[in-house]
Amino acid sequence: MIINHPLLGPRDAAEFVHLGDAAMIDRPDWQAKDAAEAFHDYLYLRDNPAGTYRELWYHEQGDRSWLVVIRDTITHDIKNVELARDHARRRGRSR
Amino acid sequence: MTGRFRIPGGLVDRTQPIGFSFNGRELSGLQGDTLASALLANGQRLVGRSFKYHRPRGILSAGPEEPNALVQLHRGARLEPNTKATVTELFAGLAATSQNHLGSLDFDLLAVNDLLSPFLTAGFYYKTFMWPKSFWEKVYEPLIRSSAGLGRLSGEADPDHYDKGFLHCDLLVIGAGPAGLSAALAAGESGARVILADEDFVMGGRLNSETHAVNGQPGHEWAARTVAELAEMETVRLMPRTTVFGAFDHGIYGVLERRRDHLPPLADGSSDSRQPRQILWHIYTKRAILASGSIERPIAFTNNDRPGIMLAGAVRAYANRFGVACGQRVAVFTNNDDGWRTAADLQDKDIDIAAVVDTRSLPDGPPIHLNARVPIHAGEEVVDTRGRRGITKLVLASGKRVRADCLAVSGGWNPSIHLSSHHGGRPVWNDNIAGFVPGERHPPNLSVAGAAGGSLTLGSAFREGTAQAAAVLDSLGYPPSRRPVPEASDEPAAISAFWHVRESRGRAWIDFQNDVTDKDVRLSHREGYRSVEHLKRYTTLGMSTDQGKTANVNGLAAMAKLSGRTIPETGTTVFRPPWTPVAIAAFAGRSRGRDFRPVRLTPSHRWAEEQGAVFVETGSWLRAQWFPRPGEHGWRQSVDREVRTTRNTAGFCDVTTLGKIDIKGTDAGTFLDRVYTGTFSTLPIGRVRYGLMLREDGIAYDDGTTARLGESHYLMTTTTANAVLVFRQLEFARQCLWPDLDVHLVSVTDGWAQFSVAGPHSRDLLRTIIDPQHDISNAAFPFMACSELTVCGGCAARLFRISFSGELAYELAVPARFGDSMIRRIAQSGLAFDAVPYGTEALGVMRIEKGHASGNELDGQTTALNLGLSAMVSTKKDFIGMTLAKRPELNRKDAVRLMGFIPVDRAAPLAAGAHFLARDADPTTENDQGWMSSAAHSPILGHDIGIGFIERGHERVGEIVRAWDAVRGRDTDVEIVSPHFLDPKGDRLRG
Repeated sequence: MIINHPLLGPRDAAEFVHLGDAAMIDRPDWQAKDAAEAFHDYLYLRDNPAGTYRELWYHEQGDRSWLVVIRDTITHDIKNVELARDHARRRGRSR
Repeated sequence: MTGRFRIPGGLVDRTQPIGFSFNGRELSGLQGDTLASALLANGQRLVGRSFKYHRPRGILSAGPEEPNALVQLHRGARLEPNTKATVTELFAGLAATSQNHLGSLDFDLLAVNDLLSPFLTAGFYYKTFMWPKSFWEKVYEPLIRSSAGLGRLSGEADPDHYDKGFLHCDLLVIGAGPAGLSAALAAGESGARVILADEDFVMGGRLNSETHAVNGQPGHEWAARTVAELAEMETVRLMPRTTVFGAFDHGIYGVLERRRDHLPPLADGSSDSRQPRQILWHIYTKRAILASGSIERPIAFTNNDRPGIMLAGAVRAYANRFGVACGQRVAVFTNNDDGWRTAADLQDKDIDIAAVVDTRSLPDGPPIHLNARVPIHAGEEVVDTRGRRGITKLVLASGKRVRADCLAVSGGWNPSIHLSSHHGGRPVWNDNIAGFVPGERHPPNLSVAGAAGGSLTLGSAFREGTAQAAAVLDSLGYPPSRRPVPEASDEPAAISAFWHVRESRGRAWIDFQNDVTDKDVRLSHREGYRSVEHLKRYTTLGMSTDQGKTANVNGLAAMAKLSGRTIPETGTTVFRPPWTPVAIAAFAGRSRGRDFRPVRLTPSHRWAEEQGAVFVETGSWLRAQWFPRPGEHGWRQSVDREVRTTRNTAGFCDVTTLGKIDIKGTDAGTFLDRVYTGTFSTLPIGRVRYGLMLREDGIAYDDGTTARLGESHYLMTTTTANAVLVFRQLEFARQCLWPDLDVHLVSVTDGWAQFSVAGPHSRDLLRTIIDPQHDISNAAFPFMACSELTVCGGCAARLFRISFSGELAYELAVPARFGDSMIRRIAQSGLAFDAVPYGTEALGVMRIEKGHASGNELDGQTTALNLGLSAMVSTKKDFIGMTLAKRPELNRKDAVRLMGFIPVDRAAPLAAGAHFLARDADPTTENDQGWMSSAAHSPILGHDIGIGFIERGHERVGEIVRAWDAVRGRDTDVEIVSPHFLDPKGDRLRG
């Protein structure tokens, strides 16, 4: 596979490490009332879609960017790649 | 002369005879021969025995689809089984042997299996070797193993070299037949970067095997001229002897180039012996054209597997390309016009045509006119054949017998669509050619041209090749090609689907390689295995090295007939890579033996080698394990001395392998608070703190020390094993969880050489190295202090007063390029202090004596509570693992605790892996109370010690339990003690 890195252009997937669901970005609030349940769901429950999947890739043999890649799990067609940092900020993560 | 079946013509060089051997018999072929054509030229029709019934088998095809003619090449370590004779380029000294027979090829003792065939049908293994159960291991399995499989491996390491490479192009053309050549020509002329790959050693595809005219000249001459023209084009790369075996994601193709398989093996140690035998290429393409042609299929009739029964196109190829007659009297059996070309071409070469049998009634007469003397049987079928080691007669449905020593069979042509379905696309049925053509879901940017797409005539191959190239040029912005489409006629190619002669009474072979007959398909149907996937697995149809290239469609047709469905209703299996087998050595490339993965050497490695150190692999590092001295026998003596000397005077050790992460930014402290269980934002500058990291699930992950070098500058160390993973995790936390924290990470593991200097004399030793303006007295530089300072007269260094051994100890870091100098300086200065180098074994002994957790304890199952580190876990802040570490199950009252263990009989040995039981308890899972995680002999205490986890251990000090070690057959009474065997108050390390 080839991942079109937003900073570095097209790079071979062999340079990357794959983590999985981009929902790993949405780490729950530790002080919330239901924190234990929320962390359980966060850590253990994953979608496994046949189709569009938003997932995390890490450019370990490169610039060490974490990326959010939207990939079709059936065709491996990659529809979008962005820096995970940008995605995380849009999801409300900051400090 | 190079064989009595050699006839004039062909693309072989008659001035270049080549000596080779088959089963030890010296034979001669010509430059341009394959092993198969050379064997046929010498009249060697019997070349192997079939897989199951050990039937005599000959050459069926002239290409990579060959199911029968599998031979072993070479000798010794280079012995290579299952090589297709039909694609093996002949070279001087080639030594081939037949395989799969007991005794000689001519008299195979296992041919008795053929007589037992009623018992050896599909599902035989499943039904037969069921009982008695005890027979499986002792009788059945050895029996099956000895008779199963094709060929033999040498059992020695492969002496050849393999390589990998990467290529990029605008257009990859797969196959250099008429469609591929015309596509490459048009694209290359317009300046596109083209790679043209073909598995044959002569490009041209069927043009070399046919007698078609192209632009008014012989087809093979046009092909040769075109290849020469392409070779002159700067943007075109020609890759003969190259197989495109897989279409992978995003336009990447897996490609195997055979660089030396057509040359005699190199002598080991010769100057070229490191030249790669094969290269595995990854080709990155913008577009690809599949011009892989088609493969002829046989027809199933009784005894259709005898040597001399061949595919009609192959018989023609051997005559036209190789100048070899496959028989002296050749009969043709066909259901289509193309089969007639074999009769016409052979007749032109004065070979006797015994008969043409066409299953069609041919109301309009023969599609090609032959000499009037040739007997033509229209609407007729071959129902049986005769001949023990090769065909002598065929029997027609009418009962008529025809004498022939070769039967050329054509059941039509199957497009070679394999690569088009490598992304899961299902082929679709095409009635016009009675075959499958590529369906939806091609690999993106792959188009199909010529016979591979079902356009079986030469004219259409040229038209489609040129048109597909034009489409590629247009889509990539290249100017259109002005090259006209090569001129060729559309030869007759009508076909009437015909698969199986129903009047056959005996076995009719469908899959030659796996010995699957029409009876097996019937049995599979009768027993309910009717889907194509079940048919394949129950009968083994389409398995093994040829993957059913000549068998699959015929097998489907037979099943369709039995189940009253059409072939498309019956379905087809899709193809996966590889198109033809690829040696594992090619996938491994240079990653084998000591080059399997990179080896990391510590900065002191060369010095340690000079000291005669014994090395051990720890992850990808090689570390000194111990340093034997003259007169020491066995590792224990050396390790005991290293421990004793370090504890009595001083010792030093390379600890560069620990991960080092430089952390900077105004939020560095906050960031560390969130990844460690403890608090680091409050750590004073110039101090070090021990840190424990959890996984998000609350299990202990990694530990190490982190030093604060400045207001916004920390240096973290990780364990050697987790250096890469922790860094990855920290980057994840930084970029994905808290993207706006001002913090930056750099791995500096390789940037700094770091040495532990430990023992009562370590401070005095270091004083001789560290520049005198730096005060390292106990008052100025206490336990857990750190500082940036200089050594050896101005060299930048870092000093940390931390201790893994439990002694007064320091870690001294210098830029990695000074690592070798520094170890030599420490060793030299150390002489005055009786300091010794110590290795990882002594390091391990000292940390066990001190009760420090290491990889054995941080094993992915233990929590801070288990490790006795609860006091280090903050409850006032968020950190990774914080919430889930509070789960009740992880905090049970009877949780295991890290404790020390000593044998009641002090002479008894201890070992990691033993499980703890109450003294009178049976060794059962229910009674299991924990396990010993690390053990060592303590030279200081004079007996073995262990640390490990045991239920409520902290409440049970002094209790005697069993350390039950079934692996080593030991059962030892041990006493539960504190895990800190030595200096529990820490007076030594603070001294």
